[in-house]
Amino acid sequence: MSKKYHITTTVNGDDYEYLCEAQQTLLDVLRDELMLAGTKEGCATGDCGACTVMVDGTMVCSCLVLAVETDGAKVDTIEGMANGNELHPLQRKFLELNGSQCGICTPGILIAARALLERNPDPTETEIRYWLAGNLCRCTGYDKIIRSVQAAAREMRGA
Amino acid sequence: MDVRYEAPETLQAAVALLAGATGPAKILAGGTDVIVQMETDLIEPSLLVDIKKIPELRQIAFENGGFRIGAAVPGMDIMGHKALAKAWPGVLDGVKLIGSIQVRGRASIGGNLCNGSPAADSVPPLIAAGAIARIIGSKGTREVPVEQIPVGPGKTSLASDEIIASFFLPARAPHSGDAYQRFTPRTEMDIAVVGVGVNLTLDKGGTCTAARVALGAVAPTVLLSKECADALIGSKVDDVALEKLAAAASAACRPIDDKRGTKEYRIKVAGVLAKRTAQQALEVARKS
Repeated sequence: MSKKYHITTTVNGDDYEYLCEAQQTLLDVLRDELMLAGTKEGCATGDCGACTVMVDGTMVCSCLVLAVETDGAKVDTIEGMANGNELHPLQRKFLELNGSQCGICTPGILIAARALLERNPDPTETEIRYWLAGNLCRCTGYDKIIRSVQAAAREMRGA
Repeated sequence: MDVRYEAPETLQAAVALLAGATGPAKILAGGTDVIVQMETDLIEPSLLVDIKKIPELRQIAFENGGFRIGAAVPGMDIMGHKALAKAWPGVLDGVKLIGSIQVRGRASIGGNLCNGSPAADSVPPLIAAGAIARIIGSKGTREVPVEQIPVGPGKTSLASDEIIASFFLPARAPHSGDAYQRFTPRTEMDIAVVGVGVNLTLDKGGTCTAARVALGAVAPTVLLSKECADALIGSKVDDVALEKLAAAASAACRPIDDKRGTKEYRIKVAGVLAKRTAQQALEVARKS
């Protein structure tokens, strides 16, 4: 019987308490224990960014974070992005401009893109491409993703 | 596998945990290497000592005209430090090339060094900068130049109960500059085929009075090359000196063949990249 750790955390503003083992990743706990399967597993080695979430405001790969490290932390995932039935502008633009195809990379890209626009509401195309360098997409290529982010940024700026 | 996780709040407590470990223990900072190695069963620690709750390991402070960087400070925090960026742009260029923004949200220079990769991007510029690691263990504190820490791929000179607490980057002399460049097929999310860190100081007339050159990914450890430094010192970093530097850099390489490049290719690229990096460091020095 492995030692279990008692974790208290908030995910998307909701309080959670759970038990985990030391080697369980935040990604595993989100998907398999908390049933928040919007966060995707791509590579599980930090290369693809599909599992991107925010932990205490820092953008991380949840496959590279142990759940035990997040005791007391504030976690934000894709499930918290829409406001009820109202999609975030990034989500809407990804739908309108086909920024998503198979959808595995999309939650991670949306989380990463939101983090970018919070820091920089008017990024250049180059800035968007470098910011999203850690998020791999194998379907659309990147142009539609970049255009979706640019369109959402314009809307959010009211431009 | 039963893994015990501890997150001590003092260095003394962390050292005591490591010293008292009955099985394999691993220090956890950003975890961007350690967690992958655990997931892929490359390592099977029975104890993880998370050092991120130790305040001094998470700070960047001014000290004696230089900087002390906590070993567990995430890369994104280092990149956001304006005074550090001005004094040591080469060190920051190395940090900036570690993984993605997600990875740099966690990855630290202490971890980048202790992972022991000869291709670690922050290590050549730290060595070129003359960075000194402060190491704490059961037997006390020692101050060690960064180049003495890696001893082979995945191996360091640290004892099992020792932790790197911080790195000291010294005060800058006038007209000093540093740079780091790496060669990779892609611009982001790649591992260096060759990396070069150059740090140099000019006198008022523009003659190089001091230089340190470190070569990454061309030997079992990152190399500090005296021959490369000697090619620059006493020169105006002109074409003749740069050719000597390139020859010295190529001669210093002891690379392997792998999927990223052959030995011959790495040896050639090391010379070209050493020149380019020295020119970049020169531009920085002239403006400072």
